[in-house]
Amino acid sequence: MRYLPLTPAERADMLGVSGVASVDALFEDVPAAARLPGTVPGLPMHASEMAVERHMAALAAKNVAAGAAPFFLGAGAYRHHIPASVDHLIQRGEFLTAYTPYQPEIAQGTLQVLFEFQTQVARLLGTDVANASMYDGSTACWEAIAMAGRVTRRNKAVLSGGLHPHYTATASTMARFTGDALNVLAPELSATPDDATVIAAIDGETSCVVVQYPDVLGRIPDLAAIAEAAQVKGALLIAIVTEPVALGLIEAPGNLGADIVVGEGQSIGVGLQFGGPYLGLFGCKEKFVRQMPGRLCGQTVDAEGRRGFVLTLSTREQHIRREKATSNICTNAGLCALAFSIHMTLLGGEGLAKLARLSHQAARRTADALCVIPGVSVLNKAYVNEFTVLLPRSARDVVRDLADRGVLGGVSLARLYPGEVALQNALLVCTSEMTTDQDITALSSALSEVLEGVAA
Amino acid sequence: MPRYFTEEHEWIDVDGDTGTVGISDYAQGQLGDITYVDLPAEGAKFAKGDSACVVDSVKAASDVYAPVSGAITEVNSALADAPELVNTDAEEAGWLFRVTLADASELDDLMDEAAYAEFVKGL
Amino acid sequence: MNAPNASGWRPAMGDVSDAETALVTASGDRALQLEEKLIFELGRPGTCGVDMDEPVGEVLPGLAPFLRKAPLALPGLSEPETVRHYTRLSRQNYAIDLGPFPLGSCTMKHNPRLNEKAARMAGFADLHPLAPQQTARGAYEVIEQLANWLVTLTGMDSVAMTPKAGAHGELCGLLCIKAALDARGDDRRIILVPESAHGTNPATAAFAGFAVENIPANADGRVDLAALTARLGPDVAGVMITNPNTCGLFERDMKAISDAVHAAGGYVYCDGANFNAVVGKVRPGDLGVDAMHINLHKTFSTPHGGGGPGSGPVVLSAALAPFAPLPFTRRDADGVIHLVEEVDAAAFGHSQTFGRMAAFHGQMGMFTRALAYILSHGADGLRQVAEDAVLNANYILRSLEDVLHAPFGKAGPCMHEALFSDDDLPEGFTTLDIAKGLIDEGFHPMTVYFPLVVHGAMLIEPTETESKDGLDRLITSLRSLAARARNSDPSLKSAPHFAPRRRLDETLAARKPVLVWREAVAAGE
Repeated sequence: MRYLPLTPAERADMLGVSGVASVDALFEDVPAAARLPGTVPGLPMHASEMAVERHMAALAAKNVAAGAAPFFLGAGAYRHHIPASVDHLIQRGEFLTAYTPYQPEIAQGTLQVLFEFQTQVARLLGTDVANASMYDGSTACWEAIAMAGRVTRRNKAVLSGGLHPHYTATASTMARFTGDALNVLAPELSATPDDATVIAAIDGETSCVVVQYPDVLGRIPDLAAIAEAAQVKGALLIAIVTEPVALGLIEAPGNLGADIVVGEGQSIGVGLQFGGPYLGLFGCKEKFVRQMPGRLCGQTVDAEGRRGFVLTLSTREQHIRREKATSNICTNAGLCALAFSIHMTLLGGEGLAKLARLSHQAARRTADALCVIPGVSVLNKAYVNEFTVLLPRSARDVVRDLADRGVLGGVSLARLYPGEVALQNALLVCTSEMTTDQDITALSSALSEVLEGVAA
Repeated sequence: MPRYFTEEHEWIDVDGDTGTVGISDYAQGQLGDITYVDLPAEGAKFAKGDSACVVDSVKAASDVYAPVSGAITEVNSALADAPELVNTDAEEAGWLFRVTLADASELDDLMDEAAYAEFVKGL
Repeated sequence: MNAPNASGWRPAMGDVSDAETALVTASGDRALQLEEKLIFELGRPGTCGVDMDEPVGEVLPGLAPFLRKAPLALPGLSEPETVRHYTRLSRQNYAIDLGPFPLGSCTMKHNPRLNEKAARMAGFADLHPLAPQQTARGAYEVIEQLANWLVTLTGMDSVAMTPKAGAHGELCGLLCIKAALDARGDDRRIILVPESAHGTNPATAAFAGFAVENIPANADGRVDLAALTARLGPDVAGVMITNPNTCGLFERDMKAISDAVHAAGGYVYCDGANFNAVVGKVRPGDLGVDAMHINLHKTFSTPHGGGGPGSGPVVLSAALAPFAPLPFTRRDADGVIHLVEEVDAAAFGHSQTFGRMAAFHGQMGMFTRALAYILSHGADGLRQVAEDAVLNANYILRSLEDVLHAPFGKAGPCMHEALFSDDDLPEGFTTLDIAKGLIDEGFHPMTVYFPLVVHGAMLIEPTETESKDGLDRLITSLRSLAARARNSDPSLKSAPHFAPRRRLDETLAARKPVLVWREAVAAGE
């Protein structure tokens, strides 16, 4: 077996040193009834590298990769170009095969990257500080709600109807078990987001309001107004950013008064990967830092006075505080944070602005091309690179029909909001710098085709 | 001013109906470098034995239990910028909080300085 | 003859004096030991390492009120500078690719590169999680195949694939337990956790809204069955047991524990962090377990990447399976695999689900890697994995127990990790000194000060991918360190001497946290 270095002779030798006659004797603590006499029944035996590669390639070939078709999907996962150097660098064994930097003297590479990552994220989100990453945006969103509860000592959260339904569902699952009260506002098909409804829902017992920016339909809420209303009632504003590239163009939530900003960092450097692993971004005001979940990297000095980095404020975390920890999270998304950080370093602030602008211009061209199709209109008054299109028939069916014509045309709200009848004909369309004019033409002609004969 | 100790290594100085609370020099030595003290809110009420505040070192977080029942009247705000005071002067300048004594008879269960010294010797 | 050696270049060793070892270079670098500034010190505003077209056209008028007031203040680097920055930083890391990484309970084994290749196939890496179902059947099949392996290897009823890491898997298992209790109208609030448990166990129980009580260990490092049984009752929702446990021992009474907990109306959660010790040898389902997470990054060798990502599928008993989270894959009678989401959960007979615990479908990029690893080993190879992992750990245990105190060494063999304590170290020398000394020896230290039930714990997990030669070198170094401690060698107290950094001031970092780079901080240095 190619991954096992021991030879039969070495095994025999080592059994002798271990003072046992056979390897079975090393498993003597396992009750005999639970010890399998041979291999687990019903499973195949080992395979060569070539055979496994062939097997995996055959499975991969059953999927239609985003790059293989005109592609307009977003809704929480975004496709931007990833420079070749990003994937090359994250595969360096010193990064790829290192563990959590518990021994800082020989983990300065990972630690300095985390310190740089935290700084990049804080500046991008407009927060004072950021942590070393969470699993993904949706779980980080619940962590932010839980943190707001600790800060305000209240447990009623208001969730905007513009929050990604998977994020809402994740929070609802947790709240059901922790006893927190969530006021989940209904999604509405309107040209502007539900700011007024959100503000009206805040009262003196509200711990936080959770607002996505841009929201799941691509609309852009007025965070400053919501922040002000929340502050009056002693509640925190949690802003959720699922497409951080948008922040190259629109103001950072922290600069608009958000107390905690949570993001899904996948769109910068990480890649689609069918939903994971992704990258939870988590930033907040400095005064809340000891209530933050997740790992934090901090600057310090070594015994010779040289600058170095360590994991710090660990007493918040599960391995020390156990049941009193701020969260149960242990693992972060280190490798994804590295990819994000490298991509961000290549881009710089100006590069990100350009990327956002290119993505936005592609969205404008796409919107212009779609809304001339009879029965099709664009919902949003404002958007960056994702917007909602109203169709004359079920968007879920349209998505399927478009896929049959080789076009990945968007995400139907029917899939995101099963049971919400009013939303069934709406389609989320997303673009990036990778969207070509040919892609846009392919989408508009395929959409015209699948809508042909449908009464507007 | 009489001083009492608990088996959880808190001390309390009693002056009339007010007590000043801290952790013992022995306790700070066990914790190592103290990095942060999470002080209670002024006005917060605790029953004897409740966790009233948390003292962090680099690798541990330790609850400090209220040695008596009562309400917090004052916290040692110097600790916000200088938590190391708990290391350098645990039993004076490193005090944690002041509390009004709800029931002075609760002091009867506590140790005096000599008894605490014996108690620590036995650990 | 011609002039011999016209260039005059002759190899020479030179005389090295003690003073030279303290030489300072102008650059701060020392040959291959390279220092590296922060990107904020290297980068320039306006520099971009990515070529892009110039944007054409105006911004949408409706967007005007939302635009940035000031440019995003992040410096950029050109591609060559970027590659050099991260390559130089990478060289300050220890990694399993460089040598043994014997962190107990963390399972640092070799990461096969085939797994990386598989995960990067465009059909997996460039696939959107909400891609139309007819364009993602291969992805569903990966999930289905891996799920089948996990269920079969563990002898359980089903598996929830979505949890993002081990602790998230614990959460999934406990939410299943809570949902099952809710379904029968049983308001049990207590989760029992042994003192030797990973910190995530009590933290997860609290995060899920349970109260936590500790159960003691007996003298041989295992759960005290009598104490556990005595505590069971109508308020106990379940227990969380790590098996093999964090002392590196198999919980012999696991079946009895499960039977007692079930008889009292509770559920058994098994922390599967150490499943790598028994994979292919023991099925947790045969021991009465109701839920167990499997750290794909431990047992099935997906890369740790400096702290993540993980992936923590949870295998479930028939009693808990109905409550598993969404989404999941299901093969219909025609052999077509569906992704079951909110819209069709009821149609697939899964209306009791506790719901969704994260966006999308779990750590697909880890599934492809784990599946490639599992297929490579097969049922026979995985059994050998467990046997070699346990053999390597016992070899370490028996090769060191005369110089380091092994608290449970007399009781019999260990499983996949060998536990030592600081009992035999002389006054003034600690576990930390041994760990830092190991850094100078060119190894990553073992897990230190965990589990909490042993003072000054040193937990060594070699894993099955370590060669005998690698183990022998580690043993030689540890024996040397133990001898230096016995001889009160003061240089051990200040180790490491040869790492990129000496011991770091963690107290300063925690007292005055500097978590982001700021110009003023740099100027104040």
